[in-house]
Amino acid sequence: MTGTENQMTGAEIVLKALKDNGVEHIFGYPGGAVLPIYDEIFQQDDIQHILVRHEQGAGHAAEGYARSTGKVGVMLVTSGPGATNAVTPLQDALMDSVPLVCITGQVPTTLIGSDAFQECDTVGITRPCTKHNWLVKDVNELARVIHEAFRVAQTGRPGPVVIDIPKDVQFATGTYEPPSDYIEQKSYQPKIQGDLKKIQAAVELMASARRPVFYTGGGVVNAGPEATKLLREIIELTDFPITSTLMGLGCYPASGKNWLGMLGMHGSYEANMAMHDCDVMICVGARFDDRITGRLNAFSPNSKKIHIDVDPSSINKNVRVDIGITGDAASVLEDMVRLWRALPKKPAKTELSDWWSDIARWRARNSFAYTPSQDVIMPQYAIQRLYEHSKGRDTYITTEVGQHQMWAAQFFGFEQPLHWLTSGGLGTMGYGLPAALGVQVAHPDALVIDIAGDASIQMCIQEMSTAIQYGLPVKIFILNNQYMGMVRQWQQLLHGNRLSNSYTEAMPDFVKLAEAYGAVGMYCDNPRELDDKIAEMIEVKRPVIFDCRVANLANCFPMIPSGKAHNEMLLPDEATDEAVANAIDAKGRQLV
Amino acid sequence: MNAHLQPTGSAYFIATETAKAERHTLSVLVDNEPGVLARVIGLFSGRGYNIESLTVSETEHEAHLSRITIVTSGTPVVLEQIKAQLERIVPVHRVVDLTVRARELGQERPIEREVALVKVVGEGEHRAEVLRLADAFHAKVIDATVGHFIFELTGKSSKIDQFLAIVKPLGLAEVCRTGIAAMNRGSQGM
Repeated sequence: MTGTENQMTGAEIVLKALKDNGVEHIFGYPGGAVLPIYDEIFQQDDIQHILVRHEQGAGHAAEGYARSTGKVGVMLVTSGPGATNAVTPLQDALMDSVPLVCITGQVPTTLIGSDAFQECDTVGITRPCTKHNWLVKDVNELARVIHEAFRVAQTGRPGPVVIDIPKDVQFATGTYEPPSDYIEQKSYQPKIQGDLKKIQAAVELMASARRPVFYTGGGVVNAGPEATKLLREIIELTDFPITSTLMGLGCYPASGKNWLGMLGMHGSYEANMAMHDCDVMICVGARFDDRITGRLNAFSPNSKKIHIDVDPSSINKNVRVDIGITGDAASVLEDMVRLWRALPKKPAKTELSDWWSDIARWRARNSFAYTPSQDVIMPQYAIQRLYEHSKGRDTYITTEVGQHQMWAAQFFGFEQPLHWLTSGGLGTMGYGLPAALGVQVAHPDALVIDIAGDASIQMCIQEMSTAIQYGLPVKIFILNNQYMGMVRQWQQLLHGNRLSNSYTEAMPDFVKLAEAYGAVGMYCDNPRELDDKIAEMIEVKRPVIFDCRVANLANCFPMIPSGKAHNEMLLPDEATDEAVANAIDAKGRQLV
Repeated sequence: MNAHLQPTGSAYFIATETAKAERHTLSVLVDNEPGVLARVIGLFSGRGYNIESLTVSETEHEAHLSRITIVTSGTPVVLEQIKAQLERIVPVHRVVDLTVRARELGQERPIEREVALVKVVGEGEHRAEVLRLADAFHAKVIDATVGHFIFELTGKSSKIDQFLAIVKPLGLAEVCRTGIAAMNRGSQGM
């Protein structure tokens, strides 16, 4: 430990610690307070640095990298504005439980507090938007803090962490300790294994159910491939229907026979009705978010609820549950599968036949239906065609935020986890393009498509330049309706159709924009040409911006209007202009 | 769950809160490291919880541990959530709801004590009256001139409130209170 080989500068320690924690790629942007680290990056080949065009892009790219690989994403930014620009992706990662290590430069320790150039209180600003953060004032602490940062970011409920490193600490010489030698902070020891007694009680409750439903979320994705396998196994064993949140899509395949589709505000009728009418609900790795539950006092009124979550604060936060099990989804599902198999008397699958016939009736309602058109491209149709053309390939979908995001979730079928990346909790417009870059860096041969809206894509459009620099052939598929569609939809529902500032009058020519960056621009406004053009887009081995002109005024249905319960969904065939205008009463208007 | 804090025109579904708020005292054992108090306080302000009293000091120097005592109020659901949220903070070792523990032990509440320094300014017969009262409350004189006294008073918050109310018309000039230090009765540790 004391040999001279362990003596190195802070900047060297950073690179060594990243390497020892298995990092191969980092996303970042240089600046004065991180130059010593950038100098080290220049002098090594083990870690590739991806230069973005804005620190927000670095964060979302690292999120995309993390969420498509299950590894920790790493971003590197400078002090002051570099750090403040990182705040949005940090909060995004916090809400969607994405493991992220963000290294920020800081002014020298002697200048901290003096309002120095590019100084900000980074740990103060990022305290509420990280799982934990550190300001490292002693170079000898640096290696330990970085190792601990990786542990905190990826264990328990994953999340973002920040390591703020003053410039003098980067220059100072100190001792490096490898990950195997460092001492963990004792106070942080997340509980992985669930309480067996509670799991047994849960299994018995499940065995007594006649109208059960699994409600799963991003926690299953985070618990790794084993959790997905076990989830599919328990569904196979029990023959229970399953729905998922936006974040959990893909853990159970969309083609699976027990699949109800996504639930929530824009989820399927069958999923929401099943949630409302069930007698036993098994929630795995989801958090009863307000977009999921609808009106809380009407949420699934007659069910016993089981909640499995690695974060104890998620249990009983929004909805009281009958059995709360703290533990990792993979570990608890493993116990659950074993205990279910060991049941002395398993319920006959025929006992669920009434429930399945109810579900068949709801399914027949065809809640994602839309009116097809020969003249204009319906946005739903565009997603369906994109889905058909991407089948059989290793396809990753990212999205921005808005109507296009919900249509993608509704109409794109996900067969496996880690292939769907969207900003669920924070709802960050501008997420999709940089996230797609992160995915493509991790999976160079995959088909990576950012399903975007014309408004969202402009929030991080500068990252096109990154795509060109690194030859990342991401496909940006813009459902262009010239509106902030979801904002407009809510204005129609809530504000007397007064479309205040939701129409973009000066839209760029996306084809020329693509060409200006050195990418390929494509345009389509004709449903008959759509298939050929999508096929062409997929074949191009360069970044593409596809300007897909869709029906301008299409709205996203079905929808649970605010203040309503799951069984009061507004269905597409009922959504006349009048019904839309009256969907939310005066009381609901206050609530929305 | 902060339904009592209904913002108008919020973008969310809001249920009416019917449960009654209770006052609880929490003990939080934390690593004594920079920023730990900011993390705890930031959690309360960020999530809209109340702090009625906050006391913090290092309690185990060798182990670098500090003990934070927080008096808060909320519905039982909110109080449970406060405890769970505090436990998520990385340098937090343990959170004990002393009020809940006291009830489990068949007691009404934990032991709660506060120290106050009270400056009373006055001359003439008021001084004798103030001294007589101080004696009745077991307040110690720790500084005095012909024109003032400073008393040190230890006790329950209600006792300090009462003393302050009585000396107010007799020349109360300045008050400093420590906030509550608390622990459960009995042989069992935290």
